[in-house]
Amino acid sequence: MTILSPSLLSEQIERVVREEWGRILAIMVKTLGDFQLAEDCTQEALISAMSHWQRNGLPRSPAAWLLQVARRKAIDRLRRDRSFKSKKAELSYLYDLENADEESDEKSVIPDERLEMIFICCHSALAEKSRIALTLRSLGGLSTEQIASAFLDTVEAMQRRIIRAKRKISGAGIAYKIPEAEDLPDRISSVLRTLYLIFNEGYSASVGSDLTRVDLSDEAIRLTRIAAKLMPEECEVQGLLALMLLHDSSRTSRVEHDGTLIALEYQNRSQWNNDRIDEGTALLQACLPKGRSGPYQIQAAISGVHAHAADWDSTDWPQIVELYSVLLRFEASSVVRLNQAVAMSMAGKSEHALHVLNGLDDMDGYTTFHLARAEVWIN
Amino acid sequence: MQFICLIYSNPAIEPAHGTPEFNTMMQGYNAFTKHVRDTDKFVVGDQLHGAETATTVCVRDGKTETMDGPFMETKEVLGGYYLLECADLDDAIRTAAMIPTAKFGRIEVRPIVAMNN
Repeated sequence: MTILSPSLLSEQIERVVREEWGRILAIMVKTLGDFQLAEDCTQEALISAMSHWQRNGLPRSPAAWLLQVARRKAIDRLRRDRSFKSKKAELSYLYDLENADEESDEKSVIPDERLEMIFICCHSALAEKSRIALTLRSLGGLSTEQIASAFLDTVEAMQRRIIRAKRKISGAGIAYKIPEAEDLPDRISSVLRTLYLIFNEGYSASVGSDLTRVDLSDEAIRLTRIAAKLMPEECEVQGLLALMLLHDSSRTSRVEHDGTLIALEYQNRSQWNNDRIDEGTALLQACLPKGRSGPYQIQAAISGVHAHAADWDSTDWPQIVELYSVLLRFEASSVVRLNQAVAMSMAGKSEHALHVLNGLDDMDGYTTFHLARAEVWIN
Repeated sequence: MQFICLIYSNPAIEPAHGTPEFNTMMQGYNAFTKHVRDTDKFVVGDQLHGAETATTVCVRDGKTETMDGPFMETKEVLGGYYLLECADLDDAIRTAAMIPTAKFGRIEVRPIVAMNN
């Protein structure tokens, strides 16, 4: 055990807690079959960990330590509460685990049960905002206060939302398991949508600079990395991670100091984050050839073409037009058509572009639509 | 666990009795009922008479009061229900989506509280 300065130790504890919270909570929910009880026990274990570790330093395996304490807290609670007759099976299972723990090494492998947790938190039976809040709380380990401030909501309102969501999970019959094959596509798309909403929330919130707010884009990337690791065969999960990384690569060059957004055309491309671009590109190169494309992979591919272009004019516009055609097969929206028209015009196909634009009657109220039309006229 | 599927729709847009569309819908209901029976999901299910036959009852100060009509006046009215035994919410959602009215109306899925007597 190394002796660290108190502030460095606090920092380290905070990091461990953020990393391990979701994993421990997922195991506890699975063991106890009760979201609220699991969270209460995990929370109590964390509080003892904080004071214990501050005094004695970090143990060899903080996760194993936390899990063991959380299980003991659960045993205490179940034993104390006589109304927990229905939890007898869970209690005896916990005793078994407790006895097994004494024999096994501290470094024993802790199973990763977070995939079930991801599917529960992002279930489409929950309201979209509840999905986001619950994912950030349960999987990301953010506090209710942090989530409330990220969404400019009151702590009380956010607390109510999270409690309501947990009640719905236990009451509505949402099972703690990986969805059946026939439900999987819908359930995955609900997970991806939730993660992407978190990312976009961070993206729009990064205008203006409140340093105390959690960076939701970073958090979304962290959570999507977990999802991508747990579902390596799901191309759209990999595609979403690629999209986030490629999109995020231009984070510092897309806003002026005063918060004004800079259009892609005028961004300083030398400031783009090459690590992000390389990682996103590698992910895409691994999943696209599998031939199971979807809207996230295609959007990532479009971002990728932009990321690899030296400037706006030398961008591979015909390729982008092509990719938008594929995207339209998944998502036939006016916004996608509009973007495709701009790309057509850049590719020298202004007449095609005008033809597409003239068909977009429903976009009349949008400024970008008229700007695009004007630009195509000029070309 | 048991789930009740409450079937709501707007009578104005429902297929009218005697039309081919109505017959198709009824065939769909027969097929659905057979499916949930065959898969041991069926507990009970019924069609209700129209909302115009509804009477709402309450007791205030020991006196029974009645009101002509459903408790809530909405365009979409409760027209029937199924009580089903399903593995979990996903199973219930998947099954409810097969109810013919889901295509133009809505199915509200609610779990039944299990009493430990």
